[in-house]
Amino acid sequence: MALLEVKHLKTYFDTLKGQYKAVDDVNFDLEYGEALGLVGESGCGKTTCALSIARLLPKEGKIYGGKILLEGTDMVQLSDDQIREKRWKDVSIVFQGAMNALNPVMKVGDQIAEAIMLHEKIKKEDALRRTERLFELVEMPADRIRNYPHEFSGGMKQRAMIAMALACNPKIIIGDEPTTALDVMVQAQILNLLEKLRRELNMGLILITHDLSILGETCDKIAVMYAGKIVEIGMVEDIFERTAHPYTKRLISCFPNISKDKVIPAGIEGIPQNMLEPQPGCSFYPRCHLATDLCKTEVPTSIEVGKKHFSACHRASEVLNGR
Amino acid sequence: MGDDIIVEVKDLKVHFETKKSLATDLFHKDKKPLKAVDGVSFQIRKGEILSLVGESGSGKTTTGKAILQLVKPTGGQVFFHGEEIKSRDKYYMKGFRQKAQMIFQDPYQSVNPRNVVLDIVAEPLDVNGLVKTEEERNERVKIALEQAGMIPAEEFYYRYPYELSGGQRQRVVIASSMIMEPDFIIADEPVSMLDASIRTGILRLMMDLRDRKQLAYLFITHDLSLAWLISDRIAIMYLGKIMEIGEADEIIHRGVHPYTKALTEIMPTPGVNNRGKKRNVLPGETPNPTERINGCKFFSRCYRAQEICKNENPDLCEVSPNHFVACHFAREL
Amino acid sequence: MMRWNMKIKKLKEFLKIALNNKMALVGMVTLLFFILLAIFGPIFFPFSTMEFGEVEDILLPPSAEHLLGTDDMGRDILANLISGARISLLIGGVATAISMGIGTLIGIMSGYFGKGIDNLLMRFTDFFLVIPWLPLMMVLAAILGTSLWNIIFVIGITGWAGTARVVRSQTLSIKERQFVERTVSIGASNTHIMVHHILPNVFPLIFANTVLVAAVAIVSETTLSFLGLGDPATASWGMMLHYAFESGATSARAYWYYLPPGICVVMVVLSFTLLGYAFDEILNPKLRGR
Repeated sequence: MALLEVKHLKTYFDTLKGQYKAVDDVNFDLEYGEALGLVGESGCGKTTCALSIARLLPKEGKIYGGKILLEGTDMVQLSDDQIREKRWKDVSIVFQGAMNALNPVMKVGDQIAEAIMLHEKIKKEDALRRTERLFELVEMPADRIRNYPHEFSGGMKQRAMIAMALACNPKIIIGDEPTTALDVMVQAQILNLLEKLRRELNMGLILITHDLSILGETCDKIAVMYAGKIVEIGMVEDIFERTAHPYTKRLISCFPNISKDKVIPAGIEGIPQNMLEPQPGCSFYPRCHLATDLCKTEVPTSIEVGKKHFSACHRASEVLNGR
Repeated sequence: MGDDIIVEVKDLKVHFETKKSLATDLFHKDKKPLKAVDGVSFQIRKGEILSLVGESGSGKTTTGKAILQLVKPTGGQVFFHGEEIKSRDKYYMKGFRQKAQMIFQDPYQSVNPRNVVLDIVAEPLDVNGLVKTEEERNERVKIALEQAGMIPAEEFYYRYPYELSGGQRQRVVIASSMIMEPDFIIADEPVSMLDASIRTGILRLMMDLRDRKQLAYLFITHDLSLAWLISDRIAIMYLGKIMEIGEADEIIHRGVHPYTKALTEIMPTPGVNNRGKKRNVLPGETPNPTERINGCKFFSRCYRAQEICKNENPDLCEVSPNHFVACHFAREL
Repeated sequence: MMRWNMKIKKLKEFLKIALNNKMALVGMVTLLFFILLAIFGPIFFPFSTMEFGEVEDILLPPSAEHLLGTDDMGRDILANLISGARISLLIGGVATAISMGIGTLIGIMSGYFGKGIDNLLMRFTDFFLVIPWLPLMMVLAAILGTSLWNIIFVIGITGWAGTARVVRSQTLSIKERQFVERTVSIGASNTHIMVHHILPNVFPLIFANTVLVAAVAIVSETTLSFLGLGDPATASWGMMLHYAFESGATSARAYWYYLPPGICVVMVVLSFTLLGYAFDEILNPKLRGR
């Protein structure tokens, strides 16, 4: 049994201006110790996807359909109380600006210990001792738990947040742009750390990012999202070397690659469609250089183009063969 | 040769006084200045793009602002068209501000949310009293917007910034800078807030303007691969100093300075080349810029560090034509 | 033309939000009622307010002829009330305008220039902020003499300190926004930046503050008049209360004399306050989102 199976997940937002299909029929699964990269541009629904899994959606957002099976238990069906049990113990999230969520007038260790004590009935000394061990796990000196947040650098704060996320031995850790605000060197340190942790603790890791270039080195699988749908999913090698969706192909070309020619890529013309006024057909077709009449009218279904490699494109096989 | 140098910076220094308080006054006799920029020199030629690459706090943005006199330099000189900038001369500054423009990082922040596009783009004209009639104003705005790829321009005149996408806003900012027909532009992370697919459009626009108008750019970024993609030369900054400066390809593929090498090694590339390879990250963290460092700024994290590095600050030395490195062991590496 | 279309569109949007806000709606309707009353009231109730009535008309309780009864001089209270609305709103409006003008000017200058100018202006502001405003107004009113315009002046120059503080802090935050720096970089003067960039961005705050200051101005006028420092030649609500008190209407249980002006003051002030809170809510970008 897979650690996590997401099946036909539909999360919509009911706003004053209408219904917004932030996540629309998303499928993927994750094994123990596996890392999945969820990549896409702003507004494509990648964060909503993560929030749905942890059931942390804002009040306008609602799961309208589908299943989120965590070791066989459907997270969608659980009551709020049950979810509170599971969240953090089974699934924990590290957010982009997480390091700014630390209370500036409280020692970092105390904050983590307090969070542990909210979930488990243990004494403060034990919670602090556990915090020390967590700090060692994220490669920080244990005595730093007695420091205040302002004595930490950005990278250290993010490590502390990861330590906090690990406190209850979660099975899945979701990183929502965990390194976006950090410097490149610190980003590399954090990515190294996440990779080490998922291997050592055999956790599932979902890494959400807009930066495709960091996924090649960090993840096993990549899912590319566009306008609420996963347009392509496959092993890292499949995505980069046997690309089967025009969006993925163009997106990859948008990132400079120093081992290739120095040409400024074409980019992608146009802007993502307005999700409040969905058009019929493939959501990418207005920006797609391969679009045909079929694409205008019919939503492409996800087809298997290789082993565990899916693409939602009418012309997937042509893209795969180098168009 | 010397004529086409647009901007020359010589030993530029910007030191900020750290926040004064009663406590520091009482207990620390000497206040520690924050040396944001600590002796930076470079030249930019006509039609050239120089990238200033560094992490946050390396002083790259402050360098840019100091060139434009948006922050007051503590020391050093800035030359514009061979003439030292006279920051006290109001008449001179008016002319200078028209010829040297800055594009800021966040297109959501760098335009007044209460102005429409027409007024945002035309503001430099209004401020400098350059147009007399409404028609002339509209005409210049139209040309500028079209140059920036906002076509048809009239469609955008009366839109508010919140009605535009991030890429469009950045184009509006560029149009507003271009309307003065400058010959030097400082672009401070102009695409870092934009999605990858939008980014390249803005970069192409900047390159295109460079080619057509022979603009000189100072491109400030934290993204080394982006710097490589668009610039002719790259300068690597660390704690207010230039560690290495040279041709873009030279820096990326044949970098000499240990810091440059560390950066190029961890540079993410879209692909599977580095699959499963552990990133070689630098040990430790960047020291606080208020810390007094007598020797090489990179000393505390350098694998090659020797006694001399601790006490003596290395000067930039030329290791190959137009390739300068600030390291005591530059020639051995 | 296009430009005006945009402005009208924005105004419509604002009104739409405002009408959806219950506090704003109640405040607006009440205020509108009093404004219309002040403008058109005298046309429908052409009683002269200053003419004294006959002896038998003194302190009559409400009747068909005098809907709200008469006062101790035999004048019709309803007529007085209506002309009082004019005076009270006039004083409220003009005094507020003066306050807002001074407060905005000092606040923006102080926040924008900072350093010495800020220190100087803010100490000056603090002086007005901490000084007990009622005695100050009383002293000023007594020195300057009791005329309508003096009252307006006195209220105007004592009420701006809070506004200056609020505007200053908002200016400080807007000054740091990138578009201000960008405007400096294109060579704009300080005046240009203050007028074209700072002012439009603090304007919503000033606007929300205005209604609150107006409420205070009307209360101040009422207080001053009640204490006998008002203009005896005008029949503001405050003066009515003053006369009611002086003539012993309270002990004579002539509730129709002292209640109506009191209620009017409360309603106008309340409607201003409601509007103020509602605008604050509507214009607060944090509550509205991007």
